[in-house]
Amino acid sequence: MRRSRTVALTATAAAAVLVVTGCSSSTKSTDAKSTASGSATEAAGGSGANAATKGIVNASDKKGGTVTFEMKGTPDSLDPGNTYYAYIYNFSRLYGRPLTTFQPGAGEAGNKLVPDLAESLGQVSADGLSWTYKLRKGLKYDDGTPITSKDVKYAVERSNFAPDVNSNGPTYFKELLVDNPTPYEGPYKDKTGDLKSIETPDDTTIVFHLTHAFADFDYLVSAPQTVPVPQAKDTGAEYVKKIVSSGSFKFESYEDGKQAVLVPNTNWDPSTDPIRKQLPDKIVLRMNIDQATIDKDLLAGNAQVDLVGGGVDPQTQAQILQNPKLKANTDNAYGGRLVYMAINTDVAPFDNIECRKAVQYAVDKVSVQTALGGPVRGQVANTVLPPDIPGHQDFNVWETKDNKGDEAKAKAALKACGKDSITTVLSARTERATEVAAATSIQAALKKVGINAEIQQFPQGKYLADSAGAPKFAKEHNIGLMMMQWGADWPTGYGFLQQIVDGRAIKASGNSNLASLNDPAVNKLLDDAATNPDRAAREKIYGDIDKKVMEAAVYVPLTDFKVFLYRPDNATNLASTPAFSGEYDYLNIGTTK
Amino acid sequence: MFAYIIRRILAAAVLLLVVSAVTFAIFFLLPRLAGETVDQLATQYIGKNPSPDAIAAVKKNLGLDQPLYTQYWNFLKGLVSGAEYKFGPEPATCHVPCFGYSFKNHLEVWPELSKRIPVTLSLAIGAATLWLVSGVATGVVSALRPRSIFDRISMGIALAGVSLPVFFTGALLLTVFSYEWPILDNLQYVNFTDDPLMWARNLILPWISLAFLYSALYARLTRAGMLETMSEDYIRTARAKGLAERKVVTRHGLRAALTPIVTIFGMDLGLLLGGALITEQVFSLQGVGQFAVQAISDNDLPKILGTTLLAAFFIVLCNLVVDLLYAAVDPRVRLS
Repeated sequence: MRRSRTVALTATAAAAVLVVTGCSSSTKSTDAKSTASGSATEAAGGSGANAATKGIVNASDKKGGTVTFEMKGTPDSLDPGNTYYAYIYNFSRLYGRPLTTFQPGAGEAGNKLVPDLAESLGQVSADGLSWTYKLRKGLKYDDGTPITSKDVKYAVERSNFAPDVNSNGPTYFKELLVDNPTPYEGPYKDKTGDLKSIETPDDTTIVFHLTHAFADFDYLVSAPQTVPVPQAKDTGAEYVKKIVSSGSFKFESYEDGKQAVLVPNTNWDPSTDPIRKQLPDKIVLRMNIDQATIDKDLLAGNAQVDLVGGGVDPQTQAQILQNPKLKANTDNAYGGRLVYMAINTDVAPFDNIECRKAVQYAVDKVSVQTALGGPVRGQVANTVLPPDIPGHQDFNVWETKDNKGDEAKAKAALKACGKDSITTVLSARTERATEVAAATSIQAALKKVGINAEIQQFPQGKYLADSAGAPKFAKEHNIGLMMMQWGADWPTGYGFLQQIVDGRAIKASGNSNLASLNDPAVNKLLDDAATNPDRAAREKIYGDIDKKVMEAAVYVPLTDFKVFLYRPDNATNLASTPAFSGEYDYLNIGTTK
Repeated sequence: MFAYIIRRILAAAVLLLVVSAVTFAIFFLLPRLAGETVDQLATQYIGKNPSPDAIAAVKKNLGLDQPLYTQYWNFLKGLVSGAEYKFGPEPATCHVPCFGYSFKNHLEVWPELSKRIPVTLSLAIGAATLWLVSGVATGVVSALRPRSIFDRISMGIALAGVSLPVFFTGALLLTVFSYEWPILDNLQYVNFTDDPLMWARNLILPWISLAFLYSALYARLTRAGMLETMSEDYIRTARAKGLAERKVVTRHGLRAALTPIVTIFGMDLGLLLGGALITEQVFSLQGVGQFAVQAISDNDLPKILGTTLLAAFFIVLCNLVVDLLYAAVDPRVRLS
């Protein structure tokens, strides 16, 4: 289980992008602080820089035209049951309706969970172990056949229990749902059996039975893994070529690695769907397009959206920032991702909190921010929870003047730790030039207080599997400090925090709790939150966990990642949503072209 | 002649076999020698949730647990007779020629790869025609009028052409003709059979940027070759016989000067058919080269293996054609 669906691809793209931005970071983004402050109002209209982080820009019901999405590289899969990227979670809703989804909207409004295939959010049993959803009436696939709850059940089975066929997505359901007495082998191997803990008493009802209470379950079913798939039409890995649509658009054609064309689904009934609009005549997704070409197409209005949503490339960014007219069409939004450095409590002397404090005080976050591409690419962070995740509280436990580090405090902490100097290893991912640059900046700051960190680079494909994320390896190689980025699979404190602060989530390989933090108090708070049915109470707990983790000084938050998106004039209904890493909500984008 | 062709085809087949063995070894033997385990290899097929069950299933389905020579044999067998894999609800047939399944999306490599060939073919053939005609013509005229204004200017341009990489000229052409003055905007590959005009319109910029690079080289080569042949004794003889100058140049001069051009042309075209990586990237053409780049960045071994073999095939094929062309171009070479 790895909660980084946003990270892998966007980060490689961003890494390449950021190298050059580092040089141009002197261009001041004056309004960086005010961005994505998240006004909850569903303000339509508005224009100017960051307008789509506050409301829906170019709100329109105009039908017709072709909306073109372009992307660098290819997605892992367009199959809703076989993907782990935020932008496909977002895009797939055009042709597939999960049980719940996020309301199209900007800022906090975009974080609102609403029923989609289901007629209301889940009904949870008193013990918190059973979740029941009722499907809306009159739902049909694009071929006119009715959608039943059995197809939702089947979709969860194929996406979670057949790792050799649909391997890309996460397997939260597998871990949460009660397994059969003899472990269920998935629908491809076990053609007649099924998972008993998902019940479908009738064609519109589906009941999930969990092993333990899980308050975020409504968020979990917003994943495209609950998009219905009729078993008779499932061709395993080939299904991506003939995806059956339950959304407002259906596939006209699909060519792997080249393009997909979507056209309106005539069997989609707007009366069953309060959030979709079905505006364009055609939606084209072009893959493997050079980033420079995508940017130019956006500026020229030839394309409406950069699917990956990580932002324009550095040359374009520089060009846009120098031109007020272009800049008025941009959105600099939080990308739901924290860039940080973990301090490994497993490696001496960082088992001593005073030594960890020394690191916290020593780091100059402003120079790290510059290395990462400047304020446009991220705001200095002092908490683990990013500002676009509900439950985030503003505080700064290890405050230094202007976030530039404090040598005196750091040296004092080092002394309290009983050390004059420390020799350790700082790990970073080879492919990520900006991560290495940030590590170099940290190395320099640490050296000033007597902490000598040798930077070791590892390939990102194996970073969590074999090096930083393998506690034994980290300990043997004296890796006391680790560069990392983290994004949530769904925008709640639990979705963000659990994997990186829960002591019980520590794994021998593929470990994401890089600090090896195992604090019973934190673990208990997580359990409290997971079972607490009251949303406000849960959000308060997430803030408390954040504080506890920061007080333990195990993570050094560096920046909250930001995307820099360009809005073509001819694209309508654009709202940058925190639910999908700051991307625009893809559900209702139309064109005036 | 016939025996010669058969001999060459057999030699080409053997060469391809060797290439396949070497590539296979690079991808499957070297990592093992470097300490990668079969489990790690299988993990690459699985994506983000490598559970032990999944790893075991993949190893079994793909035969990764068998000895390497068996795997290679199966690979060769797949190429000529197809193979069966167990992905999805039904056992999937991997059709001839079976290059295996992509690590990333479990789709067969060959159907995806073969769809890219027309794009690359269009790009390569168009550009090659352009550079061959313009390069050789410029070279000949320059050689006949050495140190003339035309010679100096064209050789100056040629020098620029050789020095400017496609990612510069391509991006420049795009900026000027696609975005500043959108005469040629919205460039997307269209099949020749669907709309020949659009096909040419959308490929003209890639052709020019690619041809600019090569024609410069060909112009210089032709010029040097022509200068040399035109001072040969037999040219003087031809002139003495009273042949028209045009005939002297085309029949006697150019024909001899062409031999090295044909050799290099064969190599260049073969290489391009294996994927014009940079040009395809700059113009977002979804050809073989882009397929290779994507495969490499995804670390998708079967796809990389597939493109490598395809590229090798084209190079071998072009060389074969070149050898046959020698006979036609150069009277000194007679195949018998």
